[in-house]
Amino acid sequence: MDMFLGDDEKAAQFEALAMPHLDAAYNLARWLTRNEHDADDLVQTAYLRAFRFADSFRGGDVRAWLLTIVRNTYYTSLRDGLSRHSDVSFDEELHGDAAHDERQDSEDPASIAARRDASRSVNQALEQLPQAFREVLVLKEMDDLSYKQIAQVTEIPIGTVMSRLARARKMLLAYLQPGMAGD
Amino acid sequence: MECKQSQEYMSAYLDGELGPSESAQLSAHLEECRQCRSMQDELRALRALVAGGATRYAAPEHLKHRIRAAIKTEQQREAATRAPVRAGARERAGGFTRWPWAWINLGLTGLSTAAFAVTLTLYLQQPSGEDQLEQELVASHFRALMPDHLSDVVSTDQHTVKPWFAGKLDYSPPVYDLAQQGFPLIGGRLDYVNHRPVAAMAYQHRKHILNLYVWPVGGKSAQATTTSTPRATSHQGFQMVRWRQGDMEFSAISDVNGQDLAEFARLLRDHGAATTSAP
Repeated sequence: MDMFLGDDEKAAQFEALAMPHLDAAYNLARWLTRNEHDADDLVQTAYLRAFRFADSFRGGDVRAWLLTIVRNTYYTSLRDGLSRHSDVSFDEELHGDAAHDERQDSEDPASIAARRDASRSVNQALEQLPQAFREVLVLKEMDDLSYKQIAQVTEIPIGTVMSRLARARKMLLAYLQPGMAGD
Repeated sequence: MECKQSQEYMSAYLDGELGPSESAQLSAHLEECRQCRSMQDELRALRALVAGGATRYAAPEHLKHRIRAAIKTEQQREAATRAPVRAGARERAGGFTRWPWAWINLGLTGLSTAAFAVTLTLYLQQPSGEDQLEQELVASHFRALMPDHLSDVVSTDQHTVKPWFAGKLDYSPPVYDLAQQGFPLIGGRLDYVNHRPVAAMAYQHRKHILNLYVWPVGGKSAQATTTSTPRATSHQGFQMVRWRQGDMEFSAISDVNGQDLAEFARLLRDHGAATTSAP
């Protein structure tokens, strides 16, 4: 972006660039921090940082760029001890189904209950994964990033992305099917 | 392909990220290995489960507003550091706004500040009228101390010195002999001070020379004047006392100490008062 643009233009330009990816940024932040308050703070900090460094964005994948900033901001805040609730365990009753309930009110109760159970166990299993495995799974399964993009966001080689994803899925299977895939 | 390797590649295979030759090898292995096929099914199911079951969190509505507010705050903070030029620059046309106005402004501010400082310094260094006069008196006194400059008429007699001035000046300065009080008159001369010829009288006190300059009060202030109290100053080690008595300005200068000079000034003023009150 141009350094000498007016403030309003610069803000509008940034908004057009970054706001469409706010949900993706928030989802990653939410899965990294595992609670709403930290996710809010993390995304706000990351977006402000992105705004500051918008001049250095030279085109390309905006979403991957923003997710990279979210992730870096998260690890920076961890290192600086700024994260307030990073070790708080997932509160299923409070947060587990909120996002789904809104979309599923037309389904019959039995299928809602079944999906709620499935959703609950998948969420719980994901919560239990170590951070490094959880983040590649989220980026792959929810953001549908390619291995190359994941490598860019997480700053690890593609080969490592591949093996980490394979390992993450194996661990997830072990959590979801105790006794079955626990070899 | 071994089962171990097959299990390593399976995940990437399902993601469509495996290279063509590895993909071919893996599908060949799956044809003949039931165990790996069941693992493939498990992984497929898992992907479906995660895709359908894991929560995709949507950003809450307030987050957008918080971010906008944070950006605005950031911009205001930024703008505060370059406030003066920004508002004006934004309204002007394209190329103009691209000038580094913050730096230009800073430079101009610096220049005008420097110019003001120089002006102020020059103004403060400019000697006032009084200072200039006193510098002239110091210079005159100093010149008088050089050989053969002290007196044009050498006399200890006030009745010789006073008439000597007549015809040389357009006024008649009071001349007193203060030998009795320790300040004998040595002589008189003409000098040029304050843009006019003035009467200068040399007195002595012990080994010290005192110069007394007398000239009439000039200009508009003439009517307003009465007697003023002596004002003592010091210039380059010389003591100076100046006062006004009647319609005459008196300036005494010497290297005697301040007390002796004040005494000299007092004696002269007493004489002056006695003369005018008893014509």
